[in-house]
Amino acid sequence: MSTTVKTPEKIAGKRRFDPAVVRGEFPILSTRVHGKPLAFLDSAASSQKPEVVIETIANYYRSEHSNIHRGVYYLSEIATAKYEAARETTRRFLNAGSTREIIFTAGTTDAINLVANAYGREFFREGDEVLISGMEHHANIVSWQLVCQDLGAKLKVIPINERGELDLESLPGLISERTRMVGIVYVSNSLGTVNPVKEVIRIAHQHGVPVLVDAAQATSHLSVDVQDLDADFLAMSGHKVYGPTGVGVLYGKEHHLEKMRPFKGGGDMIRSVTFEKTTFNDLPFKFEAGTPNIAGVIGLAAALEYVMAFDINEVAAWEDELLQYGENLLAGVPGLRRIGTAAHRAGSLAFVLADVHPHDIGTLLDHEGVAIRTGHHCTQPVMSYFKVPATSRASVAMYNNKADLEALQRGLLKIVEVFR
Amino acid sequence: MDDVFRELYQEIILDHNKNPRHFGVPDSYTHSAEGYNPLCGDKVHVFLTVRDGKIDSISFKGEGCAISKASASVMTTLLTGMPLAEAHALMKRFVEVVTGPMDGIVDIDEERFGQLLAFVGVREFPARVKCATLAWHAMEAALKQGEGSVTTE
Ligand SMILES: Cc1ncc(COP(=O)(O)O)c(C=O)c1O
Repeated sequence: MSTTVKTPEKIAGKRRFDPAVVRGEFPILSTRVHGKPLAFLDSAASSQKPEVVIETIANYYRSEHSNIHRGVYYLSEIATAKYEAARETTRRFLNAGSTREIIFTAGTTDAINLVANAYGREFFREGDEVLISGMEHHANIVSWQLVCQDLGAKLKVIPINERGELDLESLPGLISERTRMVGIVYVSNSLGTVNPVKEVIRIAHQHGVPVLVDAAQATSHLSVDVQDLDADFLAMSGHKVYGPTGVGVLYGKEHHLEKMRPFKGGGDMIRSVTFEKTTFNDLPFKFEAGTPNIAGVIGLAAALEYVMAFDINEVAAWEDELLQYGENLLAGVPGLRRIGTAAHRAGSLAFVLADVHPHDIGTLLDHEGVAIRTGHHCTQPVMSYFKVPATSRASVAMYNNKADLEALQRGLLKIVEVFR
Repeated sequence: MDDVFRELYQEIILDHNKNPRHFGVPDSYTHSAEGYNPLCGDKVHVFLTVRDGKIDSISFKGEGCAISKASASVMTTLLTGMPLAEAHALMKRFVEVVTGPMDGIVDIDEERFGQLLAFVGVREFPARVKCATLAWHAMEAALKQGEGSVTTE
């Protein structure tokens, strides 16, 4: 395989978004599955990687690897410089005020757990409350639950409606003087709902309550601007935004991060250690104990650069067109009911098919080359709300095309036939 | 689709999925257990009455995919009236049917248990083996402990 990485042509600062060209930059998409072309419609679970990300990681291991923040020799300096440059890229991607506010984690789950433990255990007391929404991923439920249980704090829930939208009206009434944190998902992975996060934050701040935004699904579909949102904390995963697995980001406002204790202890997060006392390193290193996922962080930066080369509005317009097209095709499948019909959606189309279990749908579609996710999508409370044990979910990313959705519809029509 | 259909979704499976036999909760039973697959949320609850070392009756309830439902349904038809020792042997045999090597021989009494051959196709779908064995594991658990829950994890 060639190791040259093509730099995208730039048009007026941004690269023109051409879906066919973009698709060609993701090598895995030319895979054939059971003799059929792959229609990958499970990017909400994890997106595929463009050549430039794969090559950046390979190249790092081939010629740049060593441990960071330690050595004084050539390779260590390159690796450290790249790692810290990735932090600046990430800062730009999220429009954070400072790289001190960008902490590399293992992913969204890890980032939320960091806040629940380093902030929650420090500042929550018995009887305090954490408010989350009814459409959270388990990552933004269980992390808080664990801390609340230990401290005798309470987890409260902002309800959702039958379209899968947040009941924003109920929010002010749910915030009490004991509310210490609001956790809210930006884009729901099981429903596709885009939540009015900015408004949620504004209301919470009126009551002096900080907000953590789970942006795992948002980063690939919307422009995420932590300063515009005024988010206190924001969590994201590299692998959902065309980057590698095992790496993610916690953004936190500096004044919060400053007063939090470290979550993990180890190397790199200290200034001096004796057996009696340790003084901690400055931000952001205080929260990055141990040798981090250096290759992952550098690969993440390549992915973020890849995304930022485009005008995100052009990407979003293409994805919306695909969703609309998919929605119309699904409407032509007898017995299909869509789950999650919020006015403002991104990424995902979930559905149930009369009498056919999602697992059977998943297996049969696989043999048509169509990859979708079936199950509870780590959102069991959402399944309970809609009174279904599981759903099927097709999700799109910038590299999908209409043929992918046509393959989905063809497969579903056959399934209806078989299970008639 | 045709090949998958042949391998996995055989006529017997589709039929039992659509018209599950012995489906429902009986008025009385001596043993019961629930099988739960946390991966997909599938649940199968089996109820049976054991008398004089023999399975007098079985029924099941739950929700799941075609494979798990058909497997439970076929199981109830085969085990009804069977002495316990033979039932245990058949349960073991069934697990072999769905987990054996792809090209392995299936060693069952086709005359009596031919229906189980419909599940051989599951071997090619490792992710679906748990669907096929869920009810059988629940059955085993029911006989072992009388009452309780079992997961396939
Ligand atoms: C909305 C949401 N939050 C959190 C997560 C967890 O992300 P990760 O598994 O990368 O930590 C996911 C991934 O499925 C998600 O979709």
